[in-house]
Amino acid sequence: MNFLLCKFVEVLNSFNVSEYIALILFSVLPFFIIISFLVVTVIFLVLFERKLLGYFTQRKGPNRVGLWGILQTTADAIKLLCKENIELLSSDKFLFTLSPIVAFTAIIILWCIIPYNSEFNMINSSVGVLIYLVASSFPMLFHFLAGYSSNNKYSIIGSYRALALTVSYSVPVIFTLLSVIYITESMNLNQMVLFQTSRWVVFSNILGFIIFYISSIAKLNRCPFDLSEAESELVCGYHTEYSGMRFAMFFLGEYAELFVMCMLISILFFGGYLPPFGIYLSNIFMGNCPVSHYLLYFEQTFWLILKTLIIIFSIIWIRATLPRFTQKTALELFWKYLTPLSIVNLIIIILVRI
Amino acid sequence: MNKMTLNLGPQHPSTHGVLRLILELDGERAISCEPDIGYLHRGMEKIAESRSYIQYLPMVDRVDYLCGFFYSYAFCNAVEHLNHIEVPKYANYIRVMMMELNRIASHLLWLGTYLLDLGAISPMFYTFRERESILDYFEKITGQRMMYNYFVFGGVRHNILYFEDVLNIVNNILFKINEYENLITDNPIFLSRTRNIGVISKSKALDWGLTGPNLRASGILNDYRMNMEIYDDIEYDIILGNDGDCYSRYIVRIYEMRESVCIIKQCIDWLKSNNTFSEPVKISLNEFQKGEIYSFVEAPRGLTLCYLNSVGESTPYRLKWRTGSFYSTQILRDILRGVSLPDIMAIYGSLDVVLPEVDR
Repeated sequence: MNFLLCKFVEVLNSFNVSEYIALILFSVLPFFIIISFLVVTVIFLVLFERKLLGYFTQRKGPNRVGLWGILQTTADAIKLLCKENIELLSSDKFLFTLSPIVAFTAIIILWCIIPYNSEFNMINSSVGVLIYLVASSFPMLFHFLAGYSSNNKYSIIGSYRALALTVSYSVPVIFTLLSVIYITESMNLNQMVLFQTSRWVVFSNILGFIIFYISSIAKLNRCPFDLSEAESELVCGYHTEYSGMRFAMFFLGEYAELFVMCMLISILFFGGYLPPFGIYLSNIFMGNCPVSHYLLYFEQTFWLILKTLIIIFSIIWIRATLPRFTQKTALELFWKYLTPLSIVNLIIIILVRI
Repeated sequence: MNKMTLNLGPQHPSTHGVLRLILELDGERAISCEPDIGYLHRGMEKIAESRSYIQYLPMVDRVDYLCGFFYSYAFCNAVEHLNHIEVPKYANYIRVMMMELNRIASHLLWLGTYLLDLGAISPMFYTFRERESILDYFEKITGQRMMYNYFVFGGVRHNILYFEDVLNIVNNILFKINEYENLITDNPIFLSRTRNIGVISKSKALDWGLTGPNLRASGILNDYRMNMEIYDDIEYDIILGNDGDCYSRYIVRIYEMRESVCIIKQCIDWLKSNNTFSEPVKISLNEFQKGEIYSFVEAPRGLTLCYLNSVGESTPYRLKWRTGSFYSTQILRDILRGVSLPDIMAIYGSLDVVLPEVDR
């Protein structure tokens, strides 16, 4: 961070801003960058998914608002902001309002622990993986509370489905994370990325990747594991009673989580912000340029987002292809197959290292 | 035991209309199920008593908007038999062709919505795309996409042309059905959702009066096309299922579409070589015969009966429809007992219930 910090203070000093204010700004600014990045990403991610689903299903997708429909989701977001919040008289008002807020905030924490490039890492903690585990368990818990507090029969069914699924996918996730930690010998996400400079983790831990990928789809509450909001069974599952901005928080939160989970997969298994061929393009083409240092950061972020988008594409592809599991078969999958497999995988990896 | 009463419907994404299932749930398992119908009752049978036969004819398509030709046929057939009107063979072949096209359209819609019930979104758009080509053809011939009013007493309204179009459509559909099967039939999730789910044994299927694909999926040879004169010269196989579960109902419908394509091709061959269209005879409104008659047709959702009682007036004295979906809805009370919520959707969807047909 030091290099960026010095530059930042230098630039602000030239505008007659004192060093203290510059230091405070330097620690606060990344939050704003991340949140604005989050909102923009999520809005365009929704559009990305709708367009892709459109092409998967022989349609055009949204194509009316703005050029090629790129403003469609922005218009939707504005509409949701302006809508009235409806709640039942019999709902638990406090939890009903709290749940979407906490579920969304927890996801912002997830966005903060991601190393976007070798310098920009909001929370550069030595236990980044643990922070991830804690923060990522919040959304599902508050999906449960949302369903519980809205006092609707479909929501209740959806929320206990969410809870049962949470318990079952967490176990393989933790065992797979342990195997990755064992390989990279670190719990700091930035160091995990740097470890993969010579070889991506996915090559030495392919089974772990598959288990983590399937569990992430369940964690993201997406098809074929969208049990807790199964539209054809439970109307909308846990958020049946939600409307307006509260619904939007669940909705946007879901997509923000999708993006951050896929970033995490690419960090854990595909070398995060590292270029796929070991050489930075900006070093090749702009090596002598005075700003090549900054270009490098942008390129790193570009690689991260590219890998993420490829993984998101595969998840959307799965959504367009598969029918939904039932509660029984999904739990069977996790407890009977993925949990034992992830333990075996961990043991194999430890034995290989020894 | 803590029971929860859940009113599934009448507004629910996967009841395909306005069916209300009163479920007693223990967790997700249904202890009892009570289907409640009547939200779409339009009094089709009573209206018939106050309208002349010609006036009632356009309304018949509305009994089941997904396969209007079958209901037109049943009604026309009843009137024709009562009044001894001879239908030319050419018109009969046109009727068979249109009905089989309509059967494919109906099964395609079922396939798409069934997979949507199971949580897969894409097949719905694919099947609607193929159904669209059939509906476009209907529109070209009859001027309507769903309410055709094309069969009239003594034949069909006018000659059909564009046989090449039909051939293209059915060949395309034959090709696309293989695509659907690649996507769906061997999918492990689909198999786990449908194999051994909602098993209807032979005796139970007969007891509850199931007909059509639902009955044949239980392994009972029963197809009323065998008894219909207009199918006499046409060769086709009757598809039977083995287990009576959701999977065999799916298989039966998929293969029935292929058989329908086979029938349509035979019809086109015949129609091309015997192009002898004659205008249907004009019948007088005031010279209806007395008597009562049943006419039947094998519709996509099972046996459809039209009971017509005439006392010689210009309006029917009594008209009664027997429709397949009504019996498929009845059986829900029996087979949904002890079934979990996702399987309820899988079973209900597999029976191919269309609510307007239930309530009439």
